[in-house]
Amino acid sequence: MKAAGMKWPYPVEWDKTEYIETDVLVLGGGAAGCFAAISAAKKGARVALVEKGAIVASGAAGSGCDHWESATTNPCSRISPEELTETMIRTFSGYTNGISHYIECREGYDRLLDIEAMGAKVRDTDDEFKGADFRDEETKLLFAYDYFNRFTIRVWGSTFKPALARECRRLGIRIFDRVQATGLLTERGEKGTRIAGATGINTRTGKFMVYRAKAVILCTSRPTRLWLFSPDVPGISEFRPFPCSGDGQAMAWRAGVEFAMMEKSVKGEWSGLRSFPPYSTGNNHNTWYACNLVDAEGRALPWVDRDGRILDRFADRFRPAEGQRLYLKGGGEPSFNVYEVQGPDTPPVNDLLRQGFKLPFFADLASLPEMERKIIWGMMVGEEGKTKIPILRAYGEAGFDPEKDLIQSYGDGWKSGSFLPQERQLFGLPGGVVNDWKLMTNVEGLFAAGDTLYASNCFGHAAATGHYAGRHAAAFAARMEAAAVDERQVAEERRRVTAPIAGENGTDWKELNTAITRIMQNYCGAFKSEELLVTGLKMLADLETREAARLSVRNPHELGRAHEVLDILTNAELVMEACRARKASSRELEFTRLDYPEIDPPEWMKLVTVKRGRDGVETDSRSLRYFGDLVENYEKHNPADSERV
Amino acid sequence: MTKKNSDVIPGNSSFFPVSIDPALCNGCNRCVEVCQVDVFAPNPEPGKPPLILFAPECWQEGSCVAVCPQKGAMRWKRLLVHRVRCRHKDTAEDFFI
Repeated sequence: MKAAGMKWPYPVEWDKTEYIETDVLVLGGGAAGCFAAISAAKKGARVALVEKGAIVASGAAGSGCDHWESATTNPCSRISPEELTETMIRTFSGYTNGISHYIECREGYDRLLDIEAMGAKVRDTDDEFKGADFRDEETKLLFAYDYFNRFTIRVWGSTFKPALARECRRLGIRIFDRVQATGLLTERGEKGTRIAGATGINTRTGKFMVYRAKAVILCTSRPTRLWLFSPDVPGISEFRPFPCSGDGQAMAWRAGVEFAMMEKSVKGEWSGLRSFPPYSTGNNHNTWYACNLVDAEGRALPWVDRDGRILDRFADRFRPAEGQRLYLKGGGEPSFNVYEVQGPDTPPVNDLLRQGFKLPFFADLASLPEMERKIIWGMMVGEEGKTKIPILRAYGEAGFDPEKDLIQSYGDGWKSGSFLPQERQLFGLPGGVVNDWKLMTNVEGLFAAGDTLYASNCFGHAAATGHYAGRHAAAFAARMEAAAVDERQVAEERRRVTAPIAGENGTDWKELNTAITRIMQNYCGAFKSEELLVTGLKMLADLETREAARLSVRNPHELGRAHEVLDILTNAELVMEACRARKASSRELEFTRLDYPEIDPPEWMKLVTVKRGRDGVETDSRSLRYFGDLVENYEKHNPADSERV
Repeated sequence: MTKKNSDVIPGNSSFFPVSIDPALCNGCNRCVEVCQVDVFAPNPEPGKPPLILFAPECWQEGSCVAVCPQKGAMRWKRLLVHRVRCRHKDTAEDFFI
């Protein structure tokens, strides 16, 4: 039902301010944020959890998650946490977060058991897949991809967020749904000083929120809508949820937090009306691995291993090649097209066309062994986010029968859309905040988890790092007095946050977002140079001074959207500054500088870091291996009695 | 700052993948509370279907339909631009969904 012109349906509290005091404040209530809140609460801390949406279904995995990666400590795994983490570090030429991915590998399976204890479904308790190759009959765990090494588990992720939300309530965590965090409060209101809390706005009532906390954990995913924005359908501008606008990164940048790898971006993979909904067209990767494909005349496409050897047996798609220790997912995932870990795949399209196969190709679920068909269509497509209703149910209602029908493929792999080189996004282990072994940032008392960390990805990583940051933040809070909140900083933030309310007929947030993406495409696209970046930064500054100041909104919801776009503007500046700081091109970071064309010169094989200091942007660097030995450091920072909470 | 009385102008609902049947909806507002984008708002009249205020912002994940307790009250309607081609294997006949 559409509303006619009407008054705002919630009480309007533009003028009100609510003060909250807590030990640990968690910003963002997705997988990482819920786990952070839960572990901090179990350590005895008073916890407040601030979420822009509603924790029951918010975040990238709010509606589901079909597989849990890096579960190396499950009873069937043949890979150790150390081996998998070191493999990932090699795979990404060192440009990955060794600390957070070790935490993922070492603790991720424990978090899966936690979520099962909260009532979520993580194993085949209904015996639907009894006897399947991917099932362990004793534990009833179902594995994906590499059935020999068994470190990726298929899960019923649509049950996860409701279970986490119930647990948060059971533990007495104070949940602030519909509150959008806007700024960090620091000691004396200065950059880089100890954390004192945060501010926010209720996006239904407009009430201004002030949280005073001993420790704060940023769990606000990663920025989107920097290069890609669809004004007609802004909600599907990117693969990550629409509310993931990098609020946490923006407020951290303003507070003087150090970032790494923000210069990395990849060519767009998915956006708006140019793509199909994720997982909704025929393919054979990721959620759909390892579906049969046929060409336009019904001929089955071959599968090959990393050496191009034809795989005759279906079971060969699920085991490493001869002489290969393990593979990471199936082929077709660009990040994993490294020989050491490259999995089975169908050959590249051009090779297939040369062999006489005819386009278009179709996914052929019907010819799969029954268990493999049922696990893709019905379980993976169904439990992965955005698939249960939009695909599984909707296609079923429209008459699609996986036992009888083909679905066409539209483009290579799962992407189903094609993009220009300047249409980029932060995807595939992008940049984020730099962390130490406690997952604390350079701002004392400010922790981070999940996709807010540099080089992060996936539910298991979010859950494991969230839990880890939560318990370390609780320990920090237990031994510290709260830092004093600087009332001048609160007043200034309140003025900044509420400014768009007073504007009349000013710039609309959608227009501002569109303008930012144009600047990013033109001045921070596939090719970078000092001249382009400096010009881009000037244009962003001009937007900020002249247009951002003219933003106007009609209600609290639009005030939230306006601040998202202001945060996107801040993130655009952060990305451009990070691009300026790396004066070399890099293959792994998909980073091309026209004025520094040499790719990966040895002196630039390092993390380049940027932060906003008192007198402007400060750049520095760290060794790619700054985190040292994995086991030694993990054990030093996590004595045996502290790990379990 | 307080001069505004917070008017709302409903968002354009084209490209919105959800439809509500007012005859079946019981106005429980579960869809309102589950949506992470806050597309909906409760109807001022209790028991009536929710208002769709910010349709273009929908992330199209379907949580609203999934939590709806009234069969058929809230339906997913795929965007026309997302129609895909399927084929019956036995007859080689194409159909579009």
